[in-house]
Amino acid sequence: MTNVPQSAILAEEAEPKPGPGSQVTATTRPSWRNLNFGPRMWVALTIIFLIVLMAEVGPFVYPYKSSLKVGSLYDEPSAAHLLGTDNFGHDIIAVLMNSTRNSLLNGLLAGTLAVFIGVLIGILAGYVGGWFEELLMGITNIVVAIPSIVVLILISMSLQHTNVGFLKGIGGLALVIGITSWPWTARAVRAQASSVATREHIDIAKLSGAGTPSILIRDVLPYLASYVVMAWVLQLASAILAESTLSMLGLGPSGTDSLGIELHWALAFQAVSTGAWWAFLPPTIILTLISFSLLYLQSSLDEVFNPRLRRGKKKNLAKAAARRAETARKLAQQNEKVEVLS
Amino acid sequence: MTATSSQNEAVASDGSVPVLSAVNVVKEFKVAGGHITAVDNVSVDFHAGKVLAVVGESGSGKSTLARMLLRLMPVTSGTIKYLGKDVTNIKGSELRAYWRDVQAVFQDPFSSFNQFFTVGQTLRRRMSAKQGDESLDELIERCLSYVGLKSRDAVNKFPHQLSGGQRQRVMIARALMMNPKVLLADEATSMLDASLRVSALNVLQDLRDRLGLTVLFITHDIGQACYLADEVVVMENGLVVERGLTDDVIFNPQNAYTKRLLADVPDLKGSLKSRNN
Repeated sequence: MTNVPQSAILAEEAEPKPGPGSQVTATTRPSWRNLNFGPRMWVALTIIFLIVLMAEVGPFVYPYKSSLKVGSLYDEPSAAHLLGTDNFGHDIIAVLMNSTRNSLLNGLLAGTLAVFIGVLIGILAGYVGGWFEELLMGITNIVVAIPSIVVLILISMSLQHTNVGFLKGIGGLALVIGITSWPWTARAVRAQASSVATREHIDIAKLSGAGTPSILIRDVLPYLASYVVMAWVLQLASAILAESTLSMLGLGPSGTDSLGIELHWALAFQAVSTGAWWAFLPPTIILTLISFSLLYLQSSLDEVFNPRLRRGKKKNLAKAAARRAETARKLAQQNEKVEVLS
Repeated sequence: MTATSSQNEAVASDGSVPVLSAVNVVKEFKVAGGHITAVDNVSVDFHAGKVLAVVGESGSGKSTLARMLLRLMPVTSGTIKYLGKDVTNIKGSELRAYWRDVQAVFQDPFSSFNQFFTVGQTLRRRMSAKQGDESLDELIERCLSYVGLKSRDAVNKFPHQLSGGQRQRVMIARALMMNPKVLLADEATSMLDASLRVSALNVLQDLRDRLGLTVLFITHDIGQACYLADEVVVMENGLVVERGLTDDVIFNPQNAYTKRLLADVPDLKGSLKSRNN
């Protein structure tokens, strides 16, 4: 590498690289292929796909309903019920599918709500600036300072006495989680938005007569998109975990299934001390898989959006070095010939 | 100050009415432990159909002055007048109406673009008023032709698919689409290479001649100012140190700073001579 003359490197840059049509394919293949999804992304996406498939399609295929009593307290796994029954005598697999579905739905609602509020407040504060920014960030800091678990417990307890069906179920909990978990997204988005707001294309948009909403949506938001997507993935994971925590403590919605509620009943009916592992292990594993795959997805997205984090493909680097050495050797040979001739 | 104001009157006395003027404009920036005066009590007049160049080194306050004239930055004190009307504190629809008449082209032809939009989308984004009978596509076609670009070549391209010179010309076309009366070019040619620079300067000159555009040309390069401008204002550390008709300032400079700026212009003949010796 070190002895390669500059001319060899320049020659390589000027000529199309040798190899099976590398240049041609690079320009003709669709642009999304250039995003360089790494193996981590595929692992994460596969796990997420399988879990969603189980939650969404499973209940239609599986013979038992989650509300159907098929046995008694903690029946051991058998050929008919592969993971046995829970404390109510419901089939664990059926309950697990329904719980996963509800937990994912909760995460989706809560995570999206949190990202929506966070992005809205962050982008307004960062773009508008001045006293408005101070005000919004003041509110954000107050929300950060209030211990969210206390608010979560208080609101979710009061929601259990409401008459609105949506709020009583998984939706109410999602709402509570959503409106308590936006502050860090708002802070991060504000920092990014205030940096984008100083860019010249914003001035150009203003001069073109674009109004503030149009500038926010078309000139600021696209520059934050990668950030927002990653924040959303993280919010999904944390919302699912927050729901499970609350439900396990018995603060979740009653009369429905969720991974946390399953754990709650397993604790209440002493599944751990009686050795009924099939009651608490499956929901724990699913929860772990969900949060693992989402965090893994987030880190691989980081790699896609931030090219500096991409691992250089060692194979390609070695090939390029070999090519340069070869060109350098040829050039040196030519020079020798020229010298001999002269 | 008396000398400057008398020079100012001399410039104004050539019969034309100022379109845009800055009167005693001051801009201070707060920094740790005090403040910096970026623009110190500057008064400039722009006359219709003329090119006025503001020349000065980096940090002399010329871009700050331009941003204040554009109303993209508030003034600390002083007044900005457009056609005799005070526009220093206008807001909302009034400000948008002002931006219809006063347009700008900035230094960096890449960061001026929203990289997610094609050229067509960038150009289409304009105020709906003042369109007349012409359709938007025709207007885009006409404005791109002013800067020597073909509409069908450019509109579907993303900024990164254009060269620096093409990008800058698209930016000039964008400003022209608003049918402005004043165009502020803030170091608009600084990031172009030498041949593109001349073509951009010619575009500006041509626009002044054909459309009667008033141009404020901000540059650190006194040579470009000499090439293009009718009048020159020299700024140093936020102060106007010399002003007048281009020929007077360039060929008969009074101020020491102007003389130094002129001495710094690379002299092609001089360098050839020294090599021959």
